[in-house]
Amino acid sequence: MNWAAKFSSRSVSPFRQVDHVPMSNPIETKPAEAERPPGLRWKARFPLLSLIVERLLLSILLLFAVSVLIFGGVEALPGDFATTYLGQSATPQAVANIRSELGLDRPLVTRYVSWLGGALQGDFGTSWASRNSVSEQVGRRLGNSLFLAGFAALIAVPLAVGLGMLSVHFRNRMPDKIINVLSLAAISLPEFFIGYLLILYFAVNFGIATFPATVYEGMGFLERLQTIALPTATLVLVVLAHMMRMTRAAILSVMSSAYMETAELKGLSAARSIVKHAAPNALAPIINVVALNLAYLVVGVVVVEVVFVYPGMGQYMVDAVTVRDMPVVQACGLIFAAVYILLNMLADILAIVANPRLRHPR
Amino acid sequence: MPELSTALLSVRNLKIEATSYPPGEPPKRITIVDGVSFDLAKGKVLGLIGESGAGKSTIGLAALAYGRGGAEITGGEVKLNGTDILALGKGGIRKVRGARVCYVAQSAAAAFNPAHKLGDQVIEASVKHGLMSRDEARKRALYLFRVLGLPNPETFGNRFPHQVSGGQLQRAMTAMALCPNPELIVFDEPTTALDVTTQIDVLAAIKHAIEETRTAALYITHDLAVVAQISDDIMVLRYGKTVEYGPVQQIIEAPRQDYTQALVNVRQAIRHEAADQSRPLLSVDHVSAQYSNGFKVLHDVSLHLCRGQTLAIVGESGSGKSTLARVITGLLPPSDGHISFDGKPLTPSLKRRSRDELRRIQLIYQMADTAMNPRQTVRDIIGRPLTFYDGLRGAAKTAKVKELLEQIEMGTGFIDRYPAELSGGQKQRVAIARALAARPELILCDEPTSALDPLVAEGILKLLAKLQEDQQLSYVFITHDIAIVRAIADSVAVMHRGRLVRFGPKSQALSPPFDDYTDLLLKSVPEMKLGWLEQVLATRRMESAGN
Amino acid sequence: MRLREIPITAWVGIFGILLAIFCALFAPWVAPFGETEVVGGVWQEADAQFFFGLDNLGRDILSRLIFGARTTLFVAFAATLVSFSLGIVLSFIAAVSGGLIDTVFSRFNDLMMSIPTLIFALVVLAVLPQHILILILVMAVLDSTRVYRLGRAVALDVAVMEFVEAARLRGEGTTWIIFREILPNTLSPLLAEFGLRFAFAILFLSTLSFLGLGIQPPTADWGGMVKDNKDGIIFGIAAALVPGSAIAALCICVNLVVDWLLKRTSSLKGGRGDA
Repeated sequence: MNWAAKFSSRSVSPFRQVDHVPMSNPIETKPAEAERPPGLRWKARFPLLSLIVERLLLSILLLFAVSVLIFGGVEALPGDFATTYLGQSATPQAVANIRSELGLDRPLVTRYVSWLGGALQGDFGTSWASRNSVSEQVGRRLGNSLFLAGFAALIAVPLAVGLGMLSVHFRNRMPDKIINVLSLAAISLPEFFIGYLLILYFAVNFGIATFPATVYEGMGFLERLQTIALPTATLVLVVLAHMMRMTRAAILSVMSSAYMETAELKGLSAARSIVKHAAPNALAPIINVVALNLAYLVVGVVVVEVVFVYPGMGQYMVDAVTVRDMPVVQACGLIFAAVYILLNMLADILAIVANPRLRHPR
Repeated sequence: MPELSTALLSVRNLKIEATSYPPGEPPKRITIVDGVSFDLAKGKVLGLIGESGAGKSTIGLAALAYGRGGAEITGGEVKLNGTDILALGKGGIRKVRGARVCYVAQSAAAAFNPAHKLGDQVIEASVKHGLMSRDEARKRALYLFRVLGLPNPETFGNRFPHQVSGGQLQRAMTAMALCPNPELIVFDEPTTALDVTTQIDVLAAIKHAIEETRTAALYITHDLAVVAQISDDIMVLRYGKTVEYGPVQQIIEAPRQDYTQALVNVRQAIRHEAADQSRPLLSVDHVSAQYSNGFKVLHDVSLHLCRGQTLAIVGESGSGKSTLARVITGLLPPSDGHISFDGKPLTPSLKRRSRDELRRIQLIYQMADTAMNPRQTVRDIIGRPLTFYDGLRGAAKTAKVKELLEQIEMGTGFIDRYPAELSGGQKQRVAIARALAARPELILCDEPTSALDPLVAEGILKLLAKLQEDQQLSYVFITHDIAIVRAIADSVAVMHRGRLVRFGPKSQALSPPFDDYTDLLLKSVPEMKLGWLEQVLATRRMESAGN
Repeated sequence: MRLREIPITAWVGIFGILLAIFCALFAPWVAPFGETEVVGGVWQEADAQFFFGLDNLGRDILSRLIFGARTTLFVAFAATLVSFSLGIVLSFIAAVSGGLIDTVFSRFNDLMMSIPTLIFALVVLAVLPQHILILILVMAVLDSTRVYRLGRAVALDVAVMEFVEAARLRGEGTTWIIFREILPNTLSPLLAEFGLRFAFAILFLSTLSFLGLGIQPPTADWGGMVKDNKDGIIFGIAAALVPGSAIAALCICVNLVVDWLLKRTSSLKGGRGDA
């Protein structure tokens, strides 16, 4: 069975998994079953479970590889941090001192192992710039970032799916064309442009929103919501168009399938056709679209945080990059990658679970 | 022809149009069906037959007042028990579809919703139209599963579409259509996608079920021999118009129109068998082959072919017949045994073969569409082997391409066309010319005619026969169609599940005594005569695999 | 291809792209003032002399916009070109060779793609010295992963076609198969993808510059101009929105052309244009 391999490669196209499950003709596969090597039988009997386990293992492997890439890649690239840290005029002695202080004189592998070991226990070391614990900062800021992204998702997902359905319903007619042009424009706008546009109008000219979006500990929930109104709106606008276009494509491919024609030729009402026949099959691709865009959202948060001076992970990372504060850069990079990988894994697993061919094996 | 007063379905002057959007051209209006009229009485079966593009499916769907892919019914009337269903509103037509008129699609695998159990889908229309309660519908479904000969009818409905075979799905679709007890069922090529030995069982099941339930049917197919087994009347269609319409017996035994006569007489013998020679051109010795995943596809196959002759390899899909061709070409080197060509051993792997070895064996594919690069002109397609093998260029190459175009009876005017600008038959001719350009001694033909309409296919077969005569070509002809084998072969190999079950000169291979599989295969091929189906079911020895 | 068949939206896109290219090529002659020339007060309002007003240092925004087109277009185009060459060559080699080469390339590509592009760029740019060549290479390498994925999929679609097998059976070499059989059949989707990648490169470069990691001052580039003028927003000064609009307008233009190319491709294949 080669769809195991197909599933394992992470894909951005939401329909690929569904499309690649072969519409197999059982007559042809019968002889194959009889002569299949014994090791594959477990896979054949529990395709769902084995695919999920496979996907989980793959994600763990991927995370590990990413940690090597982020740590090792950074170390292998040219540029001496100690010199950067002290400035060009530093004496060789000072450079040597700072190298040993930062632990840069130890072998690469030793440093990687202790870094990864620390990271697994939630300890990302000390910031070079502020001498504070990285984990402490990350802990607070990650919560802020997830709150912002999560709230944006809460608004964007139903809106995108709704607009996608609307677009399919009015397919090739005026509302669909308008939505198409607008979404095409929306995916062309840089995040910071949307952000400043909103600030100029809503915070400066009309004065109905706050800027900058400063949140602090012990802030009331409603006040917090009010503060993040503009960054949320920016994120929603950024992700909406993508999600809407992908949803539309996902629904269209289901609506144009032969079984929808069968439903129509059975004389079923439009409502029943959609609820009973289209929805169960459109669910998997839509879930996939949503999860993939959530991953995108987590990254989009970086720029939006800088625009709105929002104390999240993105701002933290960008600041650290500017001053070359490597422990912070590595920690943020790893965490962003981890969130991204996990959301993608979730997307794939939900798509696997939603596929009736895998849920009900022969 | 049935009386007007008793007509269940009465179609008058039907006209169906669609807008086509050819790339790079302004949209244009095309007429798919033009002025078709017929009557169908209660409990009778009308067969609609024609080539692809004849408009037969479109007519069938018009009986449900449905236009597929932008087709619009723009004229005429479709009366069901005296009511013009084209005049009904959306709500009105919904009450007809799935209740009084039902539809069986060509590909049941795509037409069933993968997310629901078969049983639920079979009874859905009956229950939703309020024709029967859920329990009654279940009972009727069970009865229909039995009538249609489905295995384990009690539990069959609990299975999902991907869990049953293609032949079973097609029968389940028939059960779904019969369940609401409709007055009319439209069968749209229900057996075309099935293997020949499975087709006969599904055909028999459908025939039995519509007789048992006394439902009228429109049976759409491109195969006159199939429709002859099941219909009371036949309408022959071409280019959206009626060619001939009459009782089945008249159409089959005394066709009036030239086109119908050609359809009835298709594939009469073209070639008489030549004698076996002592030194074969191609000889396959105890060859086995397996895929890289270890799955064995060929088991110990031995056969041979003499120069200037045709070896036909027959079998169903999955029998290994195409794999054997791939082994001969070197695409899949044999895991065991060897092949010799013109007395010398043939290099097993394609990559190691010399240019001359490659030149002497050419392949013609089933789908000429995908076998030619759509971005190359006919000149490039036919000219490349001339340059590649013989170093021809410029005027010499053009002259040779033109000569080859004449040989395939196409004329030199086609030289600068792209494949997309050719018809199906023309594409296959160009593919033949490309093979000829290499001056081959052996041509492997992998079902070269099975994607073509019968009359076009016959033209291709005649061309191949003529070329064989002129140039002493040898063919390995892979097919699932026994009629073609009878028409063109000198020797015959029958394959089943990767094994050779029969090999010999045509006169011996196709005469009794038969082994069980060859018996089944031979008896499964529809013959152009009335009552053939019943006769076969009564006499065959082995059940088909698709059950 | 007749000119009349190009839809009006595509014309708008083509016009916008040509305008930007014109500005980039003839910037010193078109621009009323110099790139870094201080010609008046900080954030001076727009008037007849200064069409878009002046920026945070008193430089003419229109002139910087025209000079910025140079940098932005050049870097984005160079990055796209490199990313495309890299992605296409590697993906076609993978698709045609198959086996171990394909597996190794594809798995490594999956790994690269499992880190979000912006995050990856931030990590790498934190280490590397700031130089325009390095910026182009980083953008190109990161983006080539997307090109690779599409290129491999498209090439595989064509590589399994029987005419490619026919060429193999004839004895043709890999070069012929890639350049004569596969490439001509993948040009349309690849051209559309080139447009998409180019639009993405413009956005990505602008984002990096906006974050202070792209083009370094005083060279004008559109993303950097937004960064320079962002503090004016709080005072109601829209100077930052002018380069922002330019980025958006150029990307919309590219997308309009791509949209038309994609529709054309799918109709050539005989598929539905809207699916």
